[in-house]
Amino acid sequence: MPTIRVPALDTARAWRDAARGLLGAGVPPADVLWQFGDGDADLFADAPAAPPAAAKVGVPKSFVALSENVCWHSDPQRFARLYALLWRLRDNSGLIADRGDADLARLRLMEKAVSRDKHKMKAFLRFREVPKVTDRRRFAAWFEPTHHIAEPMAGFFARRFGDMDWLIVTPTRSVEFTGGDITLHDGAAKPDLPDDAHEALWTTYFRNIFNPARLKIQAMQSEMPKKYWKNLPEAAAIPDMIAHAEARARQMQAAAPTLPPIRAARITESLAQPAPPPASDLDALRQQATGCTRCPLYRDATQVVMGEGPRDAALMIVGEQPGDQEDLAGRPFVGPAGQLFDRIAGEVGLDRRHAFVTNAVKHFKFAPRGKRRIHQRPDAGEVVACKWWLDAERALIRPRLILAMGATAAASLTGTGQGILKRRGTFETTREGTPVLLTLHPSYLLRVPDPAAKEAALRDFRADLSLAVARLAA
Amino acid sequence: MAKHDLQQKLAILSDAAKYDASCASSGTAKRHSRKGDGLGSTEGSGICHAYAPDGRCISLLKILMTNFCIYDCVYCVNRVSSNVTRARFTPEEVITLTLEFYRRNYIEGLFLSSGIIKSPDDTMADMVRIARELRTIHKFRGYIHLKTIPDADPKLIEEAGRHADRLSINVELPTDAAVKTFAPEKNPGTIRKAMADVRLTKEASAERSHTGKRPPRFAPAGQSTQMIVGADGANDATILGQSTRLYSSYKLKRVYYSAFSPIPDASAKLPLIRPPLEREHRLYQADWLLRFYGFGLDEITGATKDGNLDLQIDPKLAWALQNRHHFPLDVNAAPREMLLRVPGLGVKTVNRILTTRRHRTLRYEDLTRMGASLKKARAFITAKGWTPGVLTDSADLRARFAPPPEQLSLF
Repeated sequence: MPTIRVPALDTARAWRDAARGLLGAGVPPADVLWQFGDGDADLFADAPAAPPAAAKVGVPKSFVALSENVCWHSDPQRFARLYALLWRLRDNSGLIADRGDADLARLRLMEKAVSRDKHKMKAFLRFREVPKVTDRRRFAAWFEPTHHIAEPMAGFFARRFGDMDWLIVTPTRSVEFTGGDITLHDGAAKPDLPDDAHEALWTTYFRNIFNPARLKIQAMQSEMPKKYWKNLPEAAAIPDMIAHAEARARQMQAAAPTLPPIRAARITESLAQPAPPPASDLDALRQQATGCTRCPLYRDATQVVMGEGPRDAALMIVGEQPGDQEDLAGRPFVGPAGQLFDRIAGEVGLDRRHAFVTNAVKHFKFAPRGKRRIHQRPDAGEVVACKWWLDAERALIRPRLILAMGATAAASLTGTGQGILKRRGTFETTREGTPVLLTLHPSYLLRVPDPAAKEAALRDFRADLSLAVARLAA
Repeated sequence: MAKHDLQQKLAILSDAAKYDASCASSGTAKRHSRKGDGLGSTEGSGICHAYAPDGRCISLLKILMTNFCIYDCVYCVNRVSSNVTRARFTPEEVITLTLEFYRRNYIEGLFLSSGIIKSPDDTMADMVRIARELRTIHKFRGYIHLKTIPDADPKLIEEAGRHADRLSINVELPTDAAVKTFAPEKNPGTIRKAMADVRLTKEASAERSHTGKRPPRFAPAGQSTQMIVGADGANDATILGQSTRLYSSYKLKRVYYSAFSPIPDASAKLPLIRPPLEREHRLYQADWLLRFYGFGLDEITGATKDGNLDLQIDPKLAWALQNRHHFPLDVNAAPREMLLRVPGLGVKTVNRILTTRRHRTLRYEDLTRMGASLKKARAFITAKGWTPGVLTDSADLRARFAPPPEQLSLF
């Protein structure tokens, strides 16, 4: 029976080559014995044989990743188990996706154990500074992994600590990083490393970031098992931290409230915010509206979105409410509907920069749906509550014509939003007598599903905008 | 005031920082220093370098630049009216501590927060300076999380995002009314506005210009926030409603829930309680169900009359027990969105079921190997060789999962 010796260095690649050769030569798993490094050979084994030359064999990709990890496991059976699965994969490559298969499940567990061990090495290895020999700083660490992971972990530490020299010693393998080069050595006993003053600072941090009112010892130990504690400088503080936690928490609760320091009142007073000035101009109006709580919409929206445009604009354009983008940016009509409006307005010679653009409702109303916000139409109460701000804007701008886009704007300006499709393209008036041209809302144009109907709606909208241009020119 | 040495400062300013729950260091851009021209790497997954006996992960050096603060937030240990010992790091001290801790593999990077001194802009400018010097002078490629001060100049926040992996702004409490009561100097509107700015800046940084040039990266690990649970009277429905809105509005990576916990020198206005850790845990579970399991807010919070989650059993089990007409489900036929609703089956397990059942029929024993928790799942599923029979509808099913009643602890 051939015995294949897999070396302790570069183990994963050596196993892969050997397995390819055996598979190519059609050697069944029962006919192979595997040996790791120079370890004790099987009593019944022949002297180690060279495996057949690696042949090209098709293997599922995720098996390669699996074997890469499992080869570093400490279980002596790992090579045989891997090869047995590989053998089964020959005529059933779908097996690799079968999470219920017992052989595969066992290898997956081993893979997980190696990954966890690697992860814990990344987490719990602690360097101490040692005297330097070149101008690069030098550090050294002692770590006791469960599996043979020092070699595959060398790259991680080299990528992380690239500008310093370091040495990691484990019982089975040591890794040296000097001047940017990785060298592997045999394992060694725990070296005697000089004290490092930063361990005291680190322990101070560990003690103080701990909240004694939330003692959860089990949670700590499941992630940081006791077997790692002896090489963690901070772990020495744990028993004491646990012992006094409850008393500390109780003390905080029992302590009588103290009088605030004298400076506190002075500082707090100086921070009290002045009352908003009266709305004599647009900026003041915007400032007042920032604190608006006339309806509940302010609670969920980011900010109030007031109108913008020249103070002496002849045309005022009123939409429904800010959308997602407007709510974030704090400016009206910057989202998709605003862009559509700009495009069509440009076609009929209407320059938005000369108009005052605003909305009937100043806060965004929405329903959260996963990572998105779905627009919700404001109800009558919200429209009435917000009319106060629209009226204030109208009083300041005093436009010659108002373009009301959509039912909500129509409702706020004329008292009713009913039948907008029939009323569009006609002029009505506000209660004060300002002419209001009714049209569709551009976001409606974006949503019409039927292409022919969409074309018609766009045509209507364009005609309405032309009507506004003509009226202003008259 | 006595002058503190570095160790004393570190003790004071980490003690003051511990009430921020976040310590994540995952999900940022990949970086390394293999060429020897710098220090540090980030490779996607976060690393917890230690765990304190409170069970919390210690991944970052989480400190305050200073615990002097001009605000008077009632729940906060650092409020202006508190008599705790005050200290202040110099930017150089923060930089040195970060680098020296990093070199010894204690941490993944820095989580820097601060009390507000002088003005929001002054404080933010100092924090940005620390991040900038770490990145540019010391070529530090580890993780940086900056707590953003909402009232600070947007230009400072933009620069913060160029150096930091993550930015966060705490909404502090679940409702605007509670913020007004307990954090009188903070403005919920300003906080939302700042989160909106971060989202817009991040989205703009992902768009190439017409020449194909990419703008500088901005906070590659996104933004997060934190809410204190149990300080005000808000119920779980209110809290989760707020977080769903925050997730949808500002594309947050995480909303952290922090059980209101006793602090030294507490305010008389807010009596201390035992931190509601179990409630915090249930909120996280519910948060996950909302984001990754397709549950709606009403389904989760509608299970009880008072809008609070059941503390004894997890929210998924609570939902399943109330909606038994959907069960048992056949694991060999049920659609993905229904499998995700089975207690004891997680996203990974469901994915494994779906890939494997394409090839063969699943048996009960297969499910354990796939990572299912059958103690919970068995009452709600059928598989080859398994049917729960009357178990699904049995009256004592809840009692099988809920812990037995125990005597109240005195503390």
